[in-house]
Amino acid sequence: MLKTYDYPEFAYRPSADQESGRTARHPVIIVGAGPVGLTAAIDLAVQGTAVVVLDEDNTVSVGSRAVCYAKRALEIWDRLGCAAPMVGKGVVWKVGKVYRRDRQIYRFDLLPEDGHKMPAFINLQQYYLEEFLVRRAGELGVEIRWHEKVTSVKAANDHVRLAIDTPQGDYTLHADWLIAADGARSLVRRELGLEFKGQAFNDRFLIADVKMKADFPPERWFWFDPPFHRRQSTLLHMQADNVWRIDFQLGPDADPEEEKKPEHVIPRLKAMLGEDTTFELEWISVYTFQCRQLDRFRHGRVLFVGDAAHQVSPFGARGANSGVQDADNLVWKLKLVMDGSAPEALLDSYDSERVHAARENLLNSTRSTDFITPKSDMSRAFRDAVLDLAEHHPFARRLVNSGRLSVPATYTDSPLNTPDEDAFDGGMAPGHPCADAPITRNGNPGWLLNLLGGRFQLLCFAAAPIDAPPQVDGVAVEPLTVDTDFNDTEGLVAKRYDGKPGTVYLIRPDQHVAARWRIYDSYKVRAAFDRALAR
Amino acid sequence: MKLNTEPNIERPDDFYQDLIDLHRDLTEEQSRQVNARLILLLANHIGDMDVLRHAMRAAAEEPA
Repeated sequence: MLKTYDYPEFAYRPSADQESGRTARHPVIIVGAGPVGLTAAIDLAVQGTAVVVLDEDNTVSVGSRAVCYAKRALEIWDRLGCAAPMVGKGVVWKVGKVYRRDRQIYRFDLLPEDGHKMPAFINLQQYYLEEFLVRRAGELGVEIRWHEKVTSVKAANDHVRLAIDTPQGDYTLHADWLIAADGARSLVRRELGLEFKGQAFNDRFLIADVKMKADFPPERWFWFDPPFHRRQSTLLHMQADNVWRIDFQLGPDADPEEEKKPEHVIPRLKAMLGEDTTFELEWISVYTFQCRQLDRFRHGRVLFVGDAAHQVSPFGARGANSGVQDADNLVWKLKLVMDGSAPEALLDSYDSERVHAARENLLNSTRSTDFITPKSDMSRAFRDAVLDLAEHHPFARRLVNSGRLSVPATYTDSPLNTPDEDAFDGGMAPGHPCADAPITRNGNPGWLLNLLGGRFQLLCFAAAPIDAPPQVDGVAVEPLTVDTDFNDTEGLVAKRYDGKPGTVYLIRPDQHVAARWRIYDSYKVRAAFDRALAR
Repeated sequence: MKLNTEPNIERPDDFYQDLIDLHRDLTEEQSRQVNARLILLLANHIGDMDVLRHAMRAAAEEPA
């Protein structure tokens, strides 16, 4: 199948390390060249750190797999210089509709306000996403070693030892730091003997990607008990190249091998799309899922990201989107620790911030799953009662849960935050990701988020210029001043940040707010900066 | 707010009869659905999570 996409083949090339016959040591090695491993690699490369990525495969994602990428992930990729082709190729959407039988019972709009560079969501086949990430990694000189399978991981005191299997035999590598981005069945996790705690779900789901000319709008449509697939649920998403993702719930007793056969898939599709709609099958997969996570994402010099650290159900698009935020959270910290500018304790904040975010994702994902696939008769009775009431009683619509879609993580309780002393309106409290807003710079239109990230910054709402922003152990805080460095032409920066003359925000390299004040005080900024570096 | 478990229904016998009448001629399955809808409607009317949780705990207690 798969008529719309030609898989690139990345050749195995024996590395100089392998040919030397000696064990080389690298500052950072990443296991896994999926969306999360590649994002971490690109971020490290952007920050000027040499990085080696090992992947056992020799191509991008086989099948469209993760399809929905959220605004925050796109903002991170935009910071890393690779969001444009994704948004260009992807299908932009923000409206979701929920049907029961043949009636719409609920509708949501994920980005009701204007003035953001990135859309609420795009749908894009994972193979395109990975292709764009591989390309960006290549531009930055990231060394990806394809067809190299890690077979053993041993944690030593100040480094990690890897054994690697390649088409031309085995070799070993040492890494100061290892980022485990090797997915839900992570070998690194197993090698370290870590427990992946959580719950497995029995219901099977069928993914059918079909190519067709259809006049459905680019929206997320979810059906409970549709006329074409009684007693089960169905999800429809538009992807690039006129490919549509249709996801059928099959129940716990379905036979995955039988259900994958075109003679079973095609009648399901015809029942849904009508006998006269012509379509071609692109990709079929039957899956079950689990909701699990590690208790801790940092284990000495091994740092777990993405599905290797936490696995969720697909409802809510919380897998890849949270993995990308893991990378975003980890890389600047790792870089500062590697440079000796921050203590290792800074990496423990990766652990606490992202474990917390994963718990939230897991909770949301498990709740959606319980609603979509009720586990007991009473659970089904309440679910059906919610759906019965939703059409005429507005309160019940908010109980309908077809997936609570990924929202950016906020690190409200992070030890890196300096709590507010002054009063502020709006949503930019310490721990929150910075909201985007349109700006102009040298007369050209642009976006606030494109001026933020990659370093510590002080976003200053003009009053007196900042005399001497703090600089400690080679880490500087860069001022970015409204009216001087850029213009808040539409007033949306001031509005979204409750910025008044004199207001100052300390912003982390991952575009999260660390602290804010109504008046600049170099002593307080210095203290907040130290705190944000776990010093 | 605290769950009110003191008498609060003005005409308790009327209420009780209405509740039983509501289920008259329904199958067990239909009754279960009516009860589920009723709980959701009442829960939304109450709204207060403390009260709802208190009521759930009280309902879950085994009679002595």
